[in-house]
Amino acid sequence: MKLLSCRESTRLISQGLDRELAFGERVALRVHFAICLGCRRASRQLAFLRRAVRMLPEPRQERS
Amino acid sequence: MASQDDFRKQMEALRPYLLRFASLQLRDTAAAEDAVQEALVAALAAEASFAGRANLRTWLTGILKHKIVDTIRRQSREPTFAAEVDEEGAEIDVLFTERGHWGERPAAWGDPDGALEQSQFFRALEMCLERLPARTARVFMMREHLGAETGEICKELGITPTHCWVLLHRARMTLRECLQQTWFAK
Repeated sequence: MKLLSCRESTRLISQGLDRELAFGERVALRVHFAICLGCRRASRQLAFLRRAVRMLPEPRQERS
Repeated sequence: MASQDDFRKQMEALRPYLLRFASLQLRDTAAAEDAVQEALVAALAAEASFAGRANLRTWLTGILKHKIVDTIRRQSREPTFAAEVDEEGAEIDVLFTERGHWGERPAAWGDPDGALEQSQFFRALEMCLERLPARTARVFMMREHLGAETGEICKELGITPTHCWVLLHRARMTLRECLQQTWFAK
């Protein structure tokens, strides 16, 4: 299995928010996360970014 | 009819909110005002179908989303948008070394959801959004703010799914970096 660089890892993290990743892609990401704190953080932070943008233009009100 | 006047008044009260919503998406005040106007006119005509629903704002926002997509569809046929130059990935290159490692490892954000309670955070986020290149921002906002699927975005903007993913990756990484610097590092 090909090891991911951090750059490739963030590409898959991002695509994982837009499409279903293939099995091999998910495994490669998991292996990378096991050794990379930066990418684990980036993954959580991109998920947070999505939550934040969905709440624009105002905080905590649209949720009805 | 009194109730119809009330309905109009409630709609007017929501106009500033709707305008901000449309402006975030279209980045063009005149186009945003047009879209909101069209949405309000459509809403008045469809008042009967609102009857009994709980949330006027959610309902109006739904109508506005359609008007925004119509506007985007019209704009994307204009040559200026199609001809916009793309410097693929340049923003992402600066974040990584040549071998693809982080130039600077992402810092911990603690419990970022606390930021979602603060209107200042949303101002910081909007400022970061404004710094994105126009086309990148358009694709990102269609995906994350309007909630469109990438397939729809490709169709409306006439780009390939791969191109779409590249733009979304670029937008997310640039925004992450911007929030890191302007909000979480402080």
